[in-house]
Amino acid sequence: MVMMDGMIPTPTPPADPRDRGGALQPLLIVRDLIKHFPIKGTGGRAVRAVDGVSFEVRKGETLGVVGESGCGKSTLARLLLHLIRPNSGELVFDGDPVDEPHGISVSALRRQVQMVFQDSYSSLNPRMPVRDSVAFGPYVQDKPKAEARDIAVNMLAKVGLNPDQFGPRYPHELSGGQKQRVNIARALATGPRMVILDEPVSALDKSVEAQVLNLLRALKRQFNLTYVFISHDLNVVRYISDRVLVMYLGKIVELGPVDSIFSAPRHPYTQALLASRPSMDPSRRIDDPPVTGDPPNPIDPPPGCRFHTRCPHAQAVCSAQEPRLIESLADDRHIAACHMHDPESGHTMAVAGSA
Amino acid sequence: MSESAVLTTPPAAMEDQAAPATRVRGYWQSVGYRLRHDKVTCFFAFMVLLIILSAVFAPLLSPFDPYKESVIGRLKPFGWRNHILGTDELGRDMLSRILHGGRVSLLMGIVPVLIASCVGGMLGVVAGFMGGRVNTGIMRTMDVFYAFPSVLLAVAISGAMGGGMVNGMLALTLVFIPPMCRVAETATTQVRSLDFIEAARATGAGTFIIIRHHVLGNVLGPVFIYASSLVSVSILLASGLSFLGLGVRPPTADWGLMLSTLRQSIYVVPFVCALPGVAIFITSICFNLVSDGLRQAMDVRM
Amino acid sequence: MNKTEPLAEVRDLKVRFVGREDTVHAVNGVSFAVHPGEVLCILGESGSGKSVTLRSLMRLLPDRARIEGDVRVGGQDVLKMSNRSLRDLRGGSVSMIFQEPMTALDPVYTVGEQIGETVRRHTGCDKAKARARALELLNLVRIPSAERRLDAYPHELSGGLRQRAMIAMALSCDPKLLLADEPTTALDATVQIQVLILLRKLQAEMGMGMIFVTHDLGVAAEIADNVAVMYAGRIVEYGPVERMMKAPLHPYTQGLLASTVHDQSRDQDIDAIPGSPPDMRRPPPGCGFAPRCVKARDVCRTAVPAERYPEPGRMAACVAVEVPEMAAA
Repeated sequence: MVMMDGMIPTPTPPADPRDRGGALQPLLIVRDLIKHFPIKGTGGRAVRAVDGVSFEVRKGETLGVVGESGCGKSTLARLLLHLIRPNSGELVFDGDPVDEPHGISVSALRRQVQMVFQDSYSSLNPRMPVRDSVAFGPYVQDKPKAEARDIAVNMLAKVGLNPDQFGPRYPHELSGGQKQRVNIARALATGPRMVILDEPVSALDKSVEAQVLNLLRALKRQFNLTYVFISHDLNVVRYISDRVLVMYLGKIVELGPVDSIFSAPRHPYTQALLASRPSMDPSRRIDDPPVTGDPPNPIDPPPGCRFHTRCPHAQAVCSAQEPRLIESLADDRHIAACHMHDPESGHTMAVAGSA
Repeated sequence: MSESAVLTTPPAAMEDQAAPATRVRGYWQSVGYRLRHDKVTCFFAFMVLLIILSAVFAPLLSPFDPYKESVIGRLKPFGWRNHILGTDELGRDMLSRILHGGRVSLLMGIVPVLIASCVGGMLGVVAGFMGGRVNTGIMRTMDVFYAFPSVLLAVAISGAMGGGMVNGMLALTLVFIPPMCRVAETATTQVRSLDFIEAARATGAGTFIIIRHHVLGNVLGPVFIYASSLVSVSILLASGLSFLGLGVRPPTADWGLMLSTLRQSIYVVPFVCALPGVAIFITSICFNLVSDGLRQAMDVRM
Repeated sequence: MNKTEPLAEVRDLKVRFVGREDTVHAVNGVSFAVHPGEVLCILGESGSGKSVTLRSLMRLLPDRARIEGDVRVGGQDVLKMSNRSLRDLRGGSVSMIFQEPMTALDPVYTVGEQIGETVRRHTGCDKAKARARALELLNLVRIPSAERRLDAYPHELSGGLRQRAMIAMALSCDPKLLLADEPTTALDATVQIQVLILLRKLQAEMGMGMIFVTHDLGVAAEIADNVAVMYAGRIVEYGPVERMMKAPLHPYTQGLLASTVHDQSRDQDIDAIPGSPPDMRRPPPGCGFAPRCVKARDVCRTAVPAERYPEPGRMAACVAVEVPEMAAA
């Protein structure tokens, strides 16, 4: 019933009956999410995977999350679905706090939020025909078996796989792109409002990546979805996102509209990340690395601003004090956690930076 | 609910229909395919089948009553008065006794492994999937049993409980549960960390339903392979128990027991006395080779 | 063409992997040459045969691989070499770096010991000299505080440093030819560009030839002189990187460029190549790309298209490529 809402193509999708807070109520509010993984035998040391993250996901948008390995983006994805329990922090889904007495339960959350994993050998059950993998979600959510099977057949067709031809196949009989289509079908089979996509195209070949991105965009329109799109590929994030969140070592360093982030990045890390993209033009090669060194270990992140060990503009204040997420004067929706954008920080380039 | 859906798909998004035209084969189907094309395994599987059939139909196939003694016909060589394989120390027909003995040996070989696979397998799956304290509790208990050599453990258990076939089987079952549990636990732990289990959890599925739909199918393979390799071990151990007088009691026909009672006459009719040993050897080799073939056929990277 | 003797020359290389049930036709007739000081990028998707081609140059393939053709490295026929001379070749005049340094470095030895060991095996010098050489090499690949890193175990290094250590090890005997198998793919963006720039500089300084396998057009654009685009076990296009990026000849290269996400407008779909790469257990009889190609004609599906040379130094194996009269003559 739920997934049929988007079936009639209309210019303005009909209001979702499950929409409680109205269009302006963010679909998901994340407040001060913290997840540390303790390491055994180290006397209380922990991987600080997600370390105090707050943001919101607006209805109908695609929020891109970028960052390098170890920045906590995959942990964040699993936290949003409560696949891992946070140490502390709060999730509010469409106005309802998650997993709290007066809010909605985790299983109710999972009826409205789904996840697509990176295509790998492990993303689908190798002993199950893919049709059954897709039907599993609806079946678990109390649909009769026949109906779950129907939904699966429909969803496979929706993602561009002929259900008669591909439905009975096993994962090893599909190519990477086809498997990822099945993964998408599986996530959508339960009729979610929000889908978390964790590196959905990273393992795919470029020619197939484009197909899957087009498909994701089409499905988003069709089913009136909200996406959280996690990727390390800036070009892909730029193409698919409305807003972008940049993470570094478990913290948000910058968050804003995609054009604003890509045309005028504020945080030195975002700048470095953007400048590190290959130019695609052999006559304009990059001669000097935009930033040196590797991302530090998330077990013992540097104090103060976590980027100060690699930042070309680092000063004393950067290692002493953690920067706040500051809204810029020009654009109140583009925020960055850098002392150079905080007039009161004491960084000598502070004023120049925020101008 | 399900009409119209197919029609709205943008044709551009359709996956190339001319994609690989592989025959759709499930895991077990492709294992069967491989087995059918593995001539060595097929031959030994046929042998195993023969052994099982001859044990099942032992009463029909036996030329004599295996328990009928004869004072004059004791310890006769091959071919003596229609006794194709000779007679034993009480004048009983060896062929009939070997056929009947196979029933006990196979029973003792297969039943304990079956029970141990179910019990140990379930324990292992539970330990592997729940992790944490449950895992520690189950696996440490298993480790205690693991610490003893299997022969010693089997002898100790059936010694404590007394002889007899049921007690022998029980002893063997207890011996096989810990390794079975270990295999299932390892397989489950591997499966548990895979993305599709996480995806199943993300749909809100409970532990039981995830185990039933997603874990069991993936753990069955390794458990089955291991179980098939245990059958020959079980046959050997069961014969050993009988040989030591801890298994089946006389006059029941059993290979281990026959070996034990005939060993004094080894200088009288050496070939006849060796027969139960040959039977044990052939049976366990056949089971072993079939199990090897199975492992190769099931070792499919998917 | 370059007048010097090529460092490596491959002619009509074919590699099959024979399995119990099926045979994978990984490489189906590949020819190319690399000259001193040249960087050749082999560009292709997974299953295109690019890594297998690279590994054939050092005969680093499993036993079930059946190799045919002519592979010459430094004038020697690699396919006919004894195991012993092959060992001397590997890590001597030719060395290789891999995608995952953790698998190429031995976890129980320190970085210094491993590099020193390679130096000693090929030069026979003493321990102290080998260590000094190892330090020199770590400095060469710009590892900060190299002295300290000599005594570090691989797992104590970050991904980027590990990759640098592996490059140092590969350079220990001044190879004339460096083979690189996606060495930057597993690295983070900010680290990838550092390693690419480093490799480019080292290659220029030492005058090495390099064969660099990648699936990433952007990486190829950063490092290559010439690019060989592989698809379904064949080179479908070959030429200087600037020309290929600006005016690709083969429909596959064109499709790849169009479908690579890079500053496209967000309002429209990307021009994706439809379908999936062929199953190399049953490669298509004609052009490997024909099943996905919009320009495919009947002849494409039956016969492998001949190589055409529309411009000096450029090749494309496609019937749709027009060869000017002058060039054809």
